[in-house]
Amino acid sequence: VKGPDVTWYLAIAGFMFATGALGVLLRRSPLIVLLSLELMLNACNLALIAFSRLHGDGGGQIFALSVMAVAASEVVVGLGLIVAMARRNLQLDVDKLTRLRG
Amino acid sequence: VTPLLLSSAGGGLVWVVWFGAAIACVASGIAVISFSNPFYSALALIGNLASLAVLYLLLSAEFVAAAQVLVYAGAVMVMFDAPWAGGPSVNRVAAVTAAVAILVEVLVAIGLEADGKLSHSASISGSFGSPAEIGRLFLTDQLLAFEITSVVLLIAAVGGVVLGSQARRYEREAGESGTVPPGEESPTEIPAALR
Repeated sequence: VKGPDVTWYLAIAGFMFATGALGVLLRRSPLIVLLSLELMLNACNLALIAFSRLHGDGGGQIFALSVMAVAASEVVVGLGLIVAMARRNLQLDVDKLTRLRG
Repeated sequence: VTPLLLSSAGGGLVWVVWFGAAIACVASGIAVISFSNPFYSALALIGNLASLAVLYLLLSAEFVAAAQVLVYAGAVMVMFDAPWAGGPSVNRVAAVTAAVAILVEVLVAIGLEADGKLSHSASISGSFGSPAEIGRLFLTDQLLAFEITSVVLLIAAVGGVVLGSQARRYEREAGESGTVPPGEESPTEIPAALR
């Protein structure tokens, strides 16, 4: 199949990673920070799968699946924290949660 | 299925599909971080995941594409009704600078360092990326990754249960002591699915 080079997929992955990093740095709602983290993890997944295709080695896909499991775990724990915060009526703003500041 | 479909149609269609998926991917990624309502952000992330799954199919990663849709659509759907609050942001300049720096670094790395090596993909067998091949790899070469993944998922499940039960205990104690401040007696905000 003739199609785009791996370079093109990597460009998309790089753009998505930068978008996710921008969201993590810029947004203050912990939910959107979590969603932006997902964006970054997915960019890594796309790069992993593109390289897996480039080398014809299925190991990259295995690790993309592992990253997916890690991302799902991260959503479970992060969402649990956010729900716990909401139940205690803490402000859902990562800049205002300063009690753990050293 | 997709590689068969596309190989009979030629390279032009691949480019068209790739272009559509890439545009959707980038646009929904920007939408995720620009909506002020996390509900819309989650919806945009689902669009992003779906277009990524198309890119995975183009890269002959059929099983990963299916897992992507199942795992992520399920995980992200749960986030819909979670309570949230937005706010104005600070340090925009620094954040934008850092993100642009990451983007430029990646693009330069792709463009200058590795361009010549990326244009010749290895030839692959028809079973590349199929569930059978993934299963074989998981149970032979990548057994350690498989085991580690199961441990990570178990720990996350335990952590999710512990976090949820602690929040519920706090809620019950606050309700029994009768000293619930105004605003704390509104468990209706938390959807039943998250309890």
